[in-house]
Amino acid sequence: MMDNNTQTPATVNNGVNVEALIGAREALDATPEAAQFKWRSRCEWVNGTHSRSTVGGFFGLGEEQNRGKSFNIDTDHPEVFAAGDQGATPVELILSGLAGCLTAGVASVAQHRGIQLHSVTATIEGDMDLQGILGIDPDVRNGFRAIRVHFEIDANASDEEIKALVAQSQKRSAVFDIITNPTNVYVDVN
Amino acid sequence: MRQATAIIIGAGQAGLAMSKRLTDRSIDHVLLERGTVANSWRTERWDSLRLLTPNWQSRLPSFEYSGSDPDGYMTMPDVNSFLGQYARTIDAPVMSNTTVTAVRPAEIGYTVTTDQGDWYSPNVVLASGACNVATMPAIAQEVPTSVKTVTPMQYKNPDQLEDGGVMVVGASATGVQLAREIQASGRQVTLAVGEHVRMPRMYRGRDIKWWMDVTGTLDTRYDAVDDLPRARRVPSLQLVGSPDRESLDLNTLQQTGVELVGRCAGMRDGRMLFSGSLANQCALADLKMNRLLDSIDQWIGEHAPHAVFGPAERPEPTVINDEPKLDMDLTDGSIRTIIWATGYRPDYSWLHVPVLNRKGRIRHDGGVTEAPGLYVLGLPFLRRRKSSLIDGVGDDARDLADHLAFGVHRKAA
Repeated sequence: MMDNNTQTPATVNNGVNVEALIGAREALDATPEAAQFKWRSRCEWVNGTHSRSTVGGFFGLGEEQNRGKSFNIDTDHPEVFAAGDQGATPVELILSGLAGCLTAGVASVAQHRGIQLHSVTATIEGDMDLQGILGIDPDVRNGFRAIRVHFEIDANASDEEIKALVAQSQKRSAVFDIITNPTNVYVDVN
Repeated sequence: MRQATAIIIGAGQAGLAMSKRLTDRSIDHVLLERGTVANSWRTERWDSLRLLTPNWQSRLPSFEYSGSDPDGYMTMPDVNSFLGQYARTIDAPVMSNTTVTAVRPAEIGYTVTTDQGDWYSPNVVLASGACNVATMPAIAQEVPTSVKTVTPMQYKNPDQLEDGGVMVVGASATGVQLAREIQASGRQVTLAVGEHVRMPRMYRGRDIKWWMDVTGTLDTRYDAVDDLPRARRVPSLQLVGSPDRESLDLNTLQQTGVELVGRCAGMRDGRMLFSGSLANQCALADLKMNRLLDSIDQWIGEHAPHAVFGPAERPEPTVINDEPKLDMDLTDGSIRTIIWATGYRPDYSWLHVPVLNRKGRIRHDGGVTEAPGLYVLGLPFLRRRKSSLIDGVGDDARDLADHLAFGVHRKAA
């Protein structure tokens, strides 16, 4: 009735292997322990507010997964913070993570629903009051007060279908969940 | 030990429909009922509740509503008397005040232990309902003890609540109905909204249930949907049965003063934390509602292009506050009561047959379990979208009675 999921016509190709994702879903439903993943990043201080994170292996499907390569991500702060500006700020990476996650979701859902995408652009903006991180006003939080994401999508679909892609993508997004819901964070040293 | 060819556990609409189907097939059986007919409807629902389906849709095998208000909605006493009348009409062999305490496999068939003695039967039909226990999320355990916790099965009316603020968690049919009447009682209600299914009561001059019936939506079979586990989990429609056929949605609730917040996401230092996903939950519900209404317009175009219906007016999009609260202090006395309208589940604590999955739900294929002769009836989307409705259980009961009768005759042959 209310889910107008259509079969994927062979002509739609957003570069997403939906069959593999559906297969994984069925397999992991039967073996929930294999669905337990751990994602990791390692960060080394370089100088000042400049740090370099390295992302490589992760744990999943019951074993360590060595992807055979690693990615470096530099974070720093811009010159108005009297910093070297050697990379994006960590909060910009958070915004990029959210936009990347939602955009990947849009592509996956579109593939599943047989919608050919031509272009997808997400612009994202987070409001922050620096009185929080600078310790000026204890009533101001450190993090974002609000985040706004704007999608421009060109696709073979109606406006309502495109809105539904974006809504479903949020519903299934890990980063959207991480940002909108609390998570316990445990930090130790040495 | 007493014996029957089939034992039906529960004498609500599902058990009674099954009884009629078995009688039609000359299969001797009994219904074991912990109270009397329609027990849950009579004892475990709130005072103002009416069926979400109109009276004409209360159709059971060889029986239907015959009163003077086919478009009205039954109160719980009405449902009780309707099902009682049905039980008498079909002469259902109900053993009242008989609580089943255990069902165990026998060498062939099952031993059914009750507080009124034991039974043996090769066939057992579980018709004890989908809503035996009110479910609560784990964070309910972390709510300060100064806040009173109430489940919808304990709730009767606002008078039983303390004065002061009330948080209703969950915005499906139960949550929105309770939020409305508690706000009207003068208590400030905060409604925590997760996934929900918005639905107008009337569309183009007809009851939404009439449209779902006539377009065949309710008849969709369980083996014809893409994602059956998901279809079985879809929350109840945001509807209320009321004499003036009003729609009840998040816009109307906010107009009466109810405050919306996101889904309850956690407790920290005595504060309830709410998800920042409220806007998307509302967007999803509006989109889904409009898809259903589109499908009705499309059906009219294809099947009744010349019929006269009301204009295709769409409900206003859900409007939410720009900055919904992300947390609330539960220790400052502003919230005195929390009502967890977060769903229900069946109770199978007495079922000692290995047919439950790791989440305690029964494994079945359209009501047929892996255990020979053990059936379940009356669960959401068991065999059809309408399976959990009074109107839907008769078709399911026919299918399962056919299956059961086939087994009986094969053994006899």
